[in-house]
This record gives sequence, C-alpha cells and structure tokens, in this order.
Amino acid sequence: MSLKRNILDLRKRKQEVLQGGGEKAIQKQVKMGKLTARERIESILDEDSFHEYDLFVEHVARDFNMEGKVLHGDGVITGTGTIYGRPVCIFAQDFTVAGGSLGLMHARKITKIMDHALKMRVPLIGINDSGGARIQEGVNSLAGYGEIFYRNTMASGVIPQISVILGPCAGGAVYSPALTDFVFVVENISKMFITGPSVIESVLGEKISMEELGGAKVHSEITGNAHFYAQTEHECFDQIKKLLTYIPWNNGKKAEAFPPQEPTSPVAVDEIVPADPKMPYDVRDIIKSTTDSSDFFEVMEDFAPNIVIGFGRLNGETVGFVANQPKVLAGVLDCDSSDKAARFIRYCDAFNIPIVTLEDLPGYLPGVDQEHAGVIRHGAKILYAYSEATVPKITVIIRKAYGGGYIAMNSRHMRADFVFAWPTAEIAVMGPEGAANIVFRKEIESAEDPEAMRQEKIQEYKDKFANPYVAAAKGYIDQVIEPSETRKMLLHALAVSANKEQTGPYKKHGIPPF
Amino acid sequence: MSEYSTLVVHSAVYQTQLTKKYKNRKAWEAPNPNLIHSFIPGTIIDIFVEEGQTVKQGECIMILEAMKMRNRVEMPFDAVIKKIHVEEGVRIPKNHLMFDLEPLAE
Repeated sequence: MSLKRNILDLRKRKQEVLQGGGEKAIQKQVKMGKLTARERIESILDEDSFHEYDLFVEHVARDFNMEGKVLHGDGVITGTGTIYGRPVCIFAQDFTVAGGSLGLMHARKITKIMDHALKMRVPLIGINDSGGARIQEGVNSLAGYGEIFYRNTMASGVIPQISVILGPCAGGAVYSPALTDFVFVVENISKMFITGPSVIESVLGEKISMEELGGAKVHSEITGNAHFYAQTEHECFDQIKKLLTYIPWNNGKKAEAFPPQEPTSPVAVDEIVPADPKMPYDVRDIIKSTTDSSDFFEVMEDFAPNIVIGFGRLNGETVGFVANQPKVLAGVLDCDSSDKAARFIRYCDAFNIPIVTLEDLPGYLPGVDQEHAGVIRHGAKILYAYSEATVPKITVIIRKAYGGGYIAMNSRHMRADFVFAWPTAEIAVMGPEGAANIVFRKEIESAEDPEAMRQEKIQEYKDKFANPYVAAAKGYIDQVIEPSETRKMLLHALAVSANKEQTGPYKKHGIPPF
Repeated sequence: MSEYSTLVVHSAVYQTQLTKKYKNRKAWEAPNPNLIHSFIPGTIIDIFVEEGQTVKQGECIMILEAMKMRNRVEMPFDAVIKKIHVEEGVRIPKNHLMFDLEPLAE
C-alpha cells in the first residue's frame, strides 16, 4: 500500500512543477504571442517523445530574500526526444519562471544536457527566452554563462548546435547562439542585443526600439546573426525539422540519404542564363534545375543576397551549394557575402557535406566603404575556407570568373576536385571592358574616334579571352560541358569522390582571418 | 527590366538589383582638418574657449563626457576658434560638428 502512496506523491510533485511560473505568468506569455517553453519543445519533437530531466532542480540563491522563493525547474526545461525518429537533446528557457533568468542551477541544467548531447553525439537544440542573468545570484550566473559558452565552443563542429531565439536574449546571453551553427528567429518575438535600447539612449542619446535594434528582421537582413527567419513559431519549428533532414547527427557521420529523385523543374538550364554576362538571372533556378525534386533549402536568404548558400540533394545525398547571385549586386563578393559563404563552407566541411560552387561574378565590390570595412580580411575568409575544406569540392563556372573572384570561388588552385565550365564561361583577369581600357589605353587615347576604338578593342579582347578555352588549355578547368549536362556531371563527380581522402600537414589549428 | 538598376565593376555596366545596405552606404569624404567632430556620442560638460580666441596646439578646449569618462578634447594645431557649434550641457551624437578652426597664417 505504501508504494501507491509514493507514486501518488511523485505525481503530485510533478504536477506542481509542471505548472512552471503559474497560471498568471502563462497568460502573460500567451498575451505576448508566445508559446510556453513546454509547448515549444513538444511542437518541435515527435509526438510524446519528450523525456524531461532535472524536473526537481531547485535554485540555490540565498541572498536578497531568494531563499524563500520557489522557482519551478529553475526556469529552464531540459531533456531528450526524437525528431523524425532520431534522438536530440533540447532545452527551453521558461520565461514564466522568474523571466527565464539564468542562475547557477538553471545554467547547470543546460550544461548537463549539453554534455549529454556531446557525449551521445546527437544534435543540441536550445530555445532562448530569458531576461538575462539572475542579478540576485551575482557572479554565479556569469559563471553559468561562461560554462555554456565553453561547451558551445567544444561541441562546435562535432554535433550540430541549433539556437532558437523565442523571446529576449540580451547581454552576454547572446554569445551562446552566436557560437552555435544555426540561429532561428521569429518576427515580433525574437530580440537579441548586447546593450538594450534604454542603456543606449541614456548613455548615447540614440533612441531606438527593441525591434529596430535587434528584432528578427534586423538579424536576418542586416547583422547576419540569424540564419532562418519565420513569421510564426510553428513556421520556425518546421524550418528546424527540415534543416535536420539535411545534416548528419554528428561529424563522424554523413547526412542520411534519401531516395534519389529527378528534378521536377528541369528548366532547360540553357534558357535561364542570358548570354550577355552583364544581364541578370536568378542562380537559384540553376540550383533547382540540378537538385532532386528541384528542392533547395536556402540558408541566410535575406543577408548578403549577392551570394546564395543552402542545402539540396543530388541522387539522395545532401550537398551544400555556394552560388554567386547575378540578380543582386551582379553577384560580387563583398565583406558580408564573404563572411556568409566562408562560414557555410566550414560548416559543410566539418559535417562531411560535399560542396557545389556555381560561379558567375565580376569580382569584388569596389568602394571606400568596402575597403575600410576590411574587405581584404573578410574576402580572405573564402580563400581560407575553400582551401582548408577536404570534403568533395565541385565548381561549375557558369559565366564570369574574373580576377580574385575566380581564384576565391573554389578554383583548381584552392584544390577543387572538379572544375566544369559552361561554354559561356569567361575566365580572365577582368572583364573585357576593364581589360581593354588598360591593355589598349594608348591606342584608344590616340585614336581619332576613341569610343569606336574602345569598342573594337573590347571586342578583340572578348574574342581572345572571354571564353573557357584559354583556361581549359592550361588544365585549370577539367571539362567544358553543355549546360544541360550539369546535373549529370555533378552526380558523376560525387560518385567519383565518394571515397575521397585528403590530409594536410599536422597543425594544432590554423589561424583563419576571423 | 525596371526591377533592375545598374552597377559598374571594372568599367562594365551590370543590370542587377541593389541591396538596402548598398543603397544606404555613405559616400566617403576627405576629412577637413579644420573641422572638429565628436569622436563618440556624449554630453558636453565644459567649453573652455570662445569664438575668435587663438588657442595653442595641445590645449584642452572642452570636456566631452561619454560612457562615464570625461574626455579632454585638445587643439590639434595652433589656430583661431572660428565658430563653436555646440553648447555646454547638450548631448550630441557621434560625428557631430563641434568647432570650426582657422589655422594661423604662417
């Protein structure tokens, strides 16, 4: 009989803690348009798959009258569950309990589940919704953050780490998401910043709203801190689940293969691209014409749209695409697009995802602002990332491959495994216009009709260099292919590189131009 | 083709869309050494000079308090204070014009 009493006691205890911050606080959360921490976890995971850990953890604060306070679960829910049947570790800060503030035990619950994720080699999903450090716990809460950041760094490149910003995430707290692989934000709900609007106004006199300072749009368009933007929490959860279908569970595995599919929009690829290299098109149409089911899952869609990155499948296998986008800023490389691409290349390399590069760019974006913003250092990240990557690397030169841009975009010289070029490719030090102005300057200046002479010389240069055959003659590209052969060649290249092995010299680690 | 603008790279004119960031970038201007701008947003605590006054290089002409630090603003070279654009007690943003200087004739 006493056993039954014990069980009833357990149920009663559970029931109490499961209320989180109580009815009032939950109503407030709902009023803000937010789901509760538990609803969020349950919406992301497979139905009934969530198992909670550390439900009965209590805070240990003894100052500022904290000793009498009960904070259920200490403001964070942690545990394991499955997504499409595969295990993940997850935590969600509970804003209804002391504003989701982070104290010592709250942090310990998070670090415990992080350690678990790393040991079990499964992805970690962290849902951030917190007012920040629990001031009453003083340096203990700082220590808590530090322990989380350290683990984020140690787990980086070993297990996928996903951060979901579903509420405020301010001050030092922002560095956990910043250290993870993918950051998800939701309109009107996500707020991320180091220093909030009130401090900025009191110290600097600059008036700005939370949304304008660190809202979802800001981080997906301007700062590049967020990788996925959604209108609603449920749309965000669907994005997370979709992302997980493309990536492996840890760095020792390959992404799960899907049944191969033919592209559904095999737009005659040759009809997408205008022959005039100065006219735009949407490079995503080329990507979709090559991938299984013409599916392309774009990452960081709204940040630096002059380069396109994302995942697709070729014959069922995940590949990462990096493609210059002629539709925006003519597809130039600049500080932001270099940052964006370099980090993605390193992600793919860390997680055994082959990289397909589609190249069509006039070079680097000219301008004082770019030079002074450090385009040299940022641009170097792309070179570093491609050179360092040892996963299969395939390049298709669509049209322009000029100057430094040609070298940077996974050229043979960065150790591309395959370099294909369309017959429209132009591999040259610069475009015909610029080159003719320099090479034939004297002839043009001294001509009776300089403009006519310029056009003539541009044509002369075009005829000679604006094609793939000069580079092909040197072996810098392997094959000039017909546009309609692109998917076939990509599949072939992936098949050939299935057992690729490549090692570099021993080093502790390199020193990339961060 | 109206959705596209033009972008010039190495003398070639490309039809393409421009980003918000690109359109909002600031054109670079050569700095004018005779204009003193605030290097940080803050509050003007003290102004020690008047218009028309000749001031020697290195002399403190104002205190600009920012981030709880009282920054001394010093004369970059010997010059006459031609115009003062700010007042004591006022909070100013970064890159705000504070003084017009007129270098002393050699």
